[in-house]
Amino acid sequence: MRDVAIIGIGETKFGELWEKSLRDLGIEAGFKAMEDAGLSGKELDAMFVGNMSAGQLIDQEHIAPLIADYSGMAEKNLPAIRVEAASASGGLALSQGYMAVASGVHDIVVVGGAEKMTDVGDETAGEILAKTADQEWEAVFGATLGSLYAMMARRHMKDYGTTKEQLAAVAVKNHLNGSMNPNAQFRRAIKPEMAINSAMVADPLGTFDCAPLSDGAAAVILAPLDKAKKYTDTPIKILSCGQAGDYMALHDRESLTRMDATIVAAKKAFKYAGLKPKDIQLAEVHDNFTITEIMAIEDLGFFKKGQGGKATEDGLTALNSKISVNTSGGLKAKGNPVGAVGVGQAVEAVIQLRGEAGERQVDKAENALLHNIGGTGSTAIVHILGRVR
Amino acid sequence: MAIARFWRENESRYNMQGKKCGVCQKVYFPARDMCPKCRRDSMGMMKKIQLTGKGEVISYSIIHDGLPEFHMQIPYTIAIIELEEGVRITGQIVDCKPDCVDIGSKVESVFRKLGEEGKSGVIHYGYKFKLI
Repeated sequence: MRDVAIIGIGETKFGELWEKSLRDLGIEAGFKAMEDAGLSGKELDAMFVGNMSAGQLIDQEHIAPLIADYSGMAEKNLPAIRVEAASASGGLALSQGYMAVASGVHDIVVVGGAEKMTDVGDETAGEILAKTADQEWEAVFGATLGSLYAMMARRHMKDYGTTKEQLAAVAVKNHLNGSMNPNAQFRRAIKPEMAINSAMVADPLGTFDCAPLSDGAAAVILAPLDKAKKYTDTPIKILSCGQAGDYMALHDRESLTRMDATIVAAKKAFKYAGLKPKDIQLAEVHDNFTITEIMAIEDLGFFKKGQGGKATEDGLTALNSKISVNTSGGLKAKGNPVGAVGVGQAVEAVIQLRGEAGERQVDKAENALLHNIGGTGSTAIVHILGRVR
Repeated sequence: MAIARFWRENESRYNMQGKKCGVCQKVYFPARDMCPKCRRDSMGMMKKIQLTGKGEVISYSIIHDGLPEFHMQIPYTIAIIELEEGVRITGQIVDCKPDCVDIGSKVESVFRKLGEEGKSGVIHYGYKFKLI
């Protein structure tokens, strides 16, 4: 296996981008990443695109060649591969691109993630998201994705004393971080009361416990580390990748308050990187709901099981605290264009590790962890990125 | 959803029949042909089991922003229930105010309408739960 580095990053703004189509978004992110890496396009060997549900959201399947074509790659006959793992589609695209370069099959690969969610109504988008759980044995009975996470939250509250205030603390922190990210959908800090008193979506989760529906795209360019210096002075190394799966339906898992896929994926990623949780300065974790971040920081090994809510409330996950979690604003405030999320996490990590994050910069950022999950946790992907020393 | 897609699951959705692993005795619902714990050893050893439909609430949520098909029911309660046989199942809790449900509440299954294919399409039936 060869060492692999990220040599370029690009990202659109996340949000309700009425004037932009999926292909516009994919191209914009890709071009920015190419420009950042100083590539002309002829160097590319393959494209991987993370996308959850273009077929249902914009009535277009087969989107990888579509984006490759409009990125000017048709004449080059570039192979383009769409990757789907629900909300972990972006993370999975990154891991597939990483393996393609690490194995020596490809040299220069562009990994993109894109989702266009606002061309359908909110209800339809909600229906599509519910299908990332088990359609036949969960959604068919009326379970929404939010209600499945709400059941995790209620059980976490019962077993560990986690409070509504602690859930709100996740949203407050992520909105504050998002206020410092020019690409974030929500750039306004919020007060705890606003989150605590927000309208119920799926009790005990309210509006501010839920990430929004968003349009957006992100892209990174991968290269073998030994060739990376040709393109950039600040290559960021992909130290490791771990992926794990679990039962599809939440009710089939032993515990509602932990995600075994996250635990196993993180163990693999830490092992391959030769690092421990204490070696990580910043983590972009999957916070499609506030409870998801609380469970993630426990399952990833940053805090003991049951302590995630209190740690967040105590400010231990704030910018430049014990560990800076979701400096980008996370899915909650940066936005949740589903297929783009995992790649967007990589973009944030590279910005931080290069030291280019401005007012949201993490001090002495050496290693960053990315955590992306699909459905209710039946897919989890963890990447660890590091500065090249 | 296509009619056949619902119809082919009727045995499970109407009768709550699962499978029990002949090796480790763990019960699964819906029916599986292989036990995820015993895998190959369980092949051909999975036996049909009729579930009692009785159990207790492991967790629940009151849904205020639901799927379009269920709009008339808002707010409605969805729960994960652990049945007497040890298997867990997701379903609605009905016939009570949403705030009467709690973790640990005892419930039993009832046969109810789940939904319909528009105004003139087929009606889907299956299990829901009520408090005992």
